[in-house]
Amino acid sequence: MLYALMKEVRTIVVNRSAYADNDAEADLLRDYLHDKGVFLVNVMSSPGAGKTTTLIKLINELKKKYRIGVMEADIDSNVDAISIAKETGVKSIQIQTSGMCHLDAGMTKTGLDEIDISDLDLVFLENVGNLVCPAEFDTGACLDVMILSIPEGDDKPLKYPLVFEKCDLVMINKIDTIEYFNFDFKKCEEVIKYRNKNSTIIPISALKGEGIDKVVSYFIKKIEAWRK
Amino acid sequence: MHELSIVMEVVKQVKKLAEEHNVTKVQSVTVEVGEVSGVVKEYFLDAFNWMKQRNELMKDCELNYITIEAISYCEDCKKTYQTTRYAKECPYCHSTRTYLVSGKDFMIKEIKVI
Repeated sequence: MLYALMKEVRTIVVNRSAYADNDAEADLLRDYLHDKGVFLVNVMSSPGAGKTTTLIKLINELKKKYRIGVMEADIDSNVDAISIAKETGVKSIQIQTSGMCHLDAGMTKTGLDEIDISDLDLVFLENVGNLVCPAEFDTGACLDVMILSIPEGDDKPLKYPLVFEKCDLVMINKIDTIEYFNFDFKKCEEVIKYRNKNSTIIPISALKGEGIDKVVSYFIKKIEAWRK
Repeated sequence: MHELSIVMEVVKQVKKLAEEHNVTKVQSVTVEVGEVSGVVKEYFLDAFNWMKQRNELMKDCELNYITIEAISYCEDCKKTYQTTRYAKECPYCHSTRTYLVSGKDFMIKEIKVI
């Protein structure tokens, strides 16, 4: 009879976050990096905030002390990887996300395998330029940092809470242009602290080199603590 | 913008569960989405409907999308309030020592299967 052939509908209770697999993968990746003694920094910002220029300045200082690699994530193209390689001489690869607005832990691991971390101490991951999606996915990095630039305005920490909550360091770039913009530095600092009271804020001008030394010392402190 | 990635995660987890439970067909998937999870419902539904077509187990599957209200708690006056209305500042005592208690997550609640 037909009735006998009908299968019963079952309910499977899941109660699991959609991010659970990625979070677990990210934790595994951090353990792996710790074993290898490699420090991975996830750099986030809007498009045009100065990620590549800032990285070039930082790498040229930090490469005196560490063996560095850079992974550039972009939806398409490899212009950033080429500029980094040309301006710093360090090993760099481009991760094309093929339309994806962010990197997850799996893509990050694939990138690390490709760049080969066996001869590296420090890897920068330049995430896709976007303040929303990259903050949602844990990449497995040991440190999350971001760059906010003066022309973007002082209200960004109000508009994009998550990325500011997540980042340990906020570099405020293009500080040399502050007199041309309606940017209230004190107010911005207050809102960043309100999102994350433990975050460190360092004003910089990647182009002029201002504040780069402070960021370099900040990274050295973090890297040495990670290696212990 | 990242709705497609979340859909892909959901589908991956559903497929895994289906394998573990010898499922021949997934009838429905129920998700609970926080109001401040950063997910746009319309984008999520579009991405889900596109993704399910590419999967034999899920092609007739229905989606139950439940929105979870965002609620914050005030450490000073111990009251709770609607986050989307008052944000970080408590509407009762104006303290900013507040934190979100619900509304941020994206949960796969349950699936109905044959």
